[in-house]
Amino acid sequence: MKLLRLPRQALADWLAALGRDAEVFGPKATAEGPALASLAPGETPDEAPGPPKAPLKTFFFPQPETLAVFSTRRDDPEAHVLRPPRLEAGRRVVLAGVRPCDARSVVLNALPFAGDPYFQARCGATVLIGAACAETCGTCFCRWTGGDPLGTEGLDLLLHPADGGDLLVEVLTAKGEGAAPEAGRPAAAADAEGLAARREASRRAAGRAPDPRPPLAAVDLLALHGAPFWGRVAEPCLNCGACTFLCPTCYCFDIQDETLRGRGRRIRYWDSCMFPLFTRHASGHNPRGAKFQRVRNRFLHKFRYFPDRYGPFSCVGCGRCIRECPVGIDVREVLREMLAFAGRGA
Amino acid sequence: MPDLAGQIRAAARELLAAGEVAAVLGFAPGPLPMTTRPFAARTPAEADRLTWNGFCVMNPANLLPEILAAVEPPRGPKDPPPEGPLPKVAVVATGCWSRNIVVQIQEGRVRRERLVILGIPSRGMIDRRKVLRRVGGREIRRVEEGAHELRVEGPGLHETIPRWEVVRDNCRTCVHPTPVVYDRLLAEPVERTGVDRYAQVAEIEAMTPEDRWAWFRREIAPCLRCYACRNVCPLCYCPTCFVDDSRPQWVGKSLDPADTALFHLLRAYHCAGRCTDCGACESACPMGIRLRLLTKKLEKDVLELFGTEAGLDPGAPLPLAAFRPDDPDEFLTAGPGGGAGPEGPPPREEEPA
Repeated sequence: MKLLRLPRQALADWLAALGRDAEVFGPKATAEGPALASLAPGETPDEAPGPPKAPLKTFFFPQPETLAVFSTRRDDPEAHVLRPPRLEAGRRVVLAGVRPCDARSVVLNALPFAGDPYFQARCGATVLIGAACAETCGTCFCRWTGGDPLGTEGLDLLLHPADGGDLLVEVLTAKGEGAAPEAGRPAAAADAEGLAARREASRRAAGRAPDPRPPLAAVDLLALHGAPFWGRVAEPCLNCGACTFLCPTCYCFDIQDETLRGRGRRIRYWDSCMFPLFTRHASGHNPRGAKFQRVRNRFLHKFRYFPDRYGPFSCVGCGRCIRECPVGIDVREVLREMLAFAGRGA
Repeated sequence: MPDLAGQIRAAARELLAAGEVAAVLGFAPGPLPMTTRPFAARTPAEADRLTWNGFCVMNPANLLPEILAAVEPPRGPKDPPPEGPLPKVAVVATGCWSRNIVVQIQEGRVRRERLVILGIPSRGMIDRRKVLRRVGGREIRRVEEGAHELRVEGPGLHETIPRWEVVRDNCRTCVHPTPVVYDRLLAEPVERTGVDRYAQVAEIEAMTPEDRWAWFRREIAPCLRCYACRNVCPLCYCPTCFVDDSRPQWVGKSLDPADTALFHLLRAYHCAGRCTDCGACESACPMGIRLRLLTKKLEKDVLELFGTEAGLDPGAPLPLAAFRPDDPDEFLTAGPGGGAGPEGPPPREEEPA
């Protein structure tokens, strides 16, 4: 790992240089907080605490995404033969000012999408430049879900504030090495020590809260599934998809064919476990026909099914769902309910 | 300022303790400042969790049919309804919410005799986004609501905001703040006159069609298709919504602008003559889209064309579900390009009794 020191005023030039052969995006200040947007040369990411409103998945899992194209013309001998879409060839993307929670969401989503060429191609074409969190918001709970405000998972480079108004640039991957700022000079040993001390302090802070994963992994799944609190948790829920669409780690999708004037495309678009159509069978039967079943599935998927299969929770603790739920449902409260149930030895 | 939270709790305790109702539907505090959570208290002890403040923006009429069904004795799908009256539910209701309950009664969705309506004359609810804009998007950790001001605090943030300036647009132009039906009124009735109800709509009506279309496209561009606006609305209760139908699929589900526009236009039209401008759709939208301007325009059209407002009279027929020989029909008689514009026919007179 390499650590560079970069004068803060060199940040804009560095991003502008990267912007010569890639599109640069980052959080921009709006009256309602930071929002992900394209950064023009000279612009730098907004440093307001917390993640921007939109989740990072829009870059890796676009809404909608064309998976294949085909012809439906009768006179076409190759009608209905699926062909790869015209890829946005060489579209390289730099995402700057990414919070560690959001960067971690890319790593978590790459687990179910390990064999997905579209997702993987976008990951390969993207450089992720992180911004370490100096402040946490009232809705941040990344440490509870296995993250860290100074975490590096998923990032190619990570920026930290340093004394004298400079920035420390951690170079984390080979891709990061290739995108590292030319104006960056090797940092002093004291900088590296200071950073290590900050990391250690952050780790100690995480140690104060017990890790919720082992007790939830140990609880009997059928007992948890039948626990009495799900009805109460779900009662105020509207079954809208706001939480799932704003969630960086929700990745459910549906695939449809759209045809028009002899041409067709197979598209993938975001779907949500909150919607009844998501699980409706062709027979008309819906195994998750009731609202509380859909709500239960969302939380069990994040905190039990996904960890059973892949290890970590499918939640990075960014707090977007808490902030934007129209009826004030708080994922942390639900997690506490699940832990209390596990603790009762069920 | 009356202690409305205390009055709601007292009424709820009394109704639940006396066994008059099986549940009281109101609000509990939400997880963050400026949020509340709809909550149905089922025991006198639970009544203590009920709260009231300017951030109760979700319309409880939405959950009312569900809570009414939940308190009924359990029975199989083919079992007959039990003999005797079904348990009642009490619900808090401001002016617009009470009008939504009236619409639900008109549409056979709820029965008046199963409700105890706790009427609350509204001082106007607060738009959380307006508060956030006032503080430049900084984080708010604490909010204290006074009679006429809002004190907000956060890291490096101490600000006092005049309350009326951050009240939602629909509440600022509301002319029915006092409930139209209730069993108990928990505060003095409120009168609000002299407001220009349709100023925002008139601004858009004054645009050229091209500008209007551009405005509409811009307004709905951030839409995620999460359907919070539809699901929070007490009028959206079709067993299968047109956007959820897959045989046939009427509308595409991705972010194609034509699909998003179709969803918003049809959603708005489904509410014509029924919407009470409660603003829940706009408050629920995570992207801050000003959805109610569409339904407000339809409210204005229905008032101008049929002379009626939604939810004022449980006995009145719904304007778009009834036919009268003097219904406006310029779109038929005026030929191509005809139709009732802003200067359409005058409101019809009241039918003689």
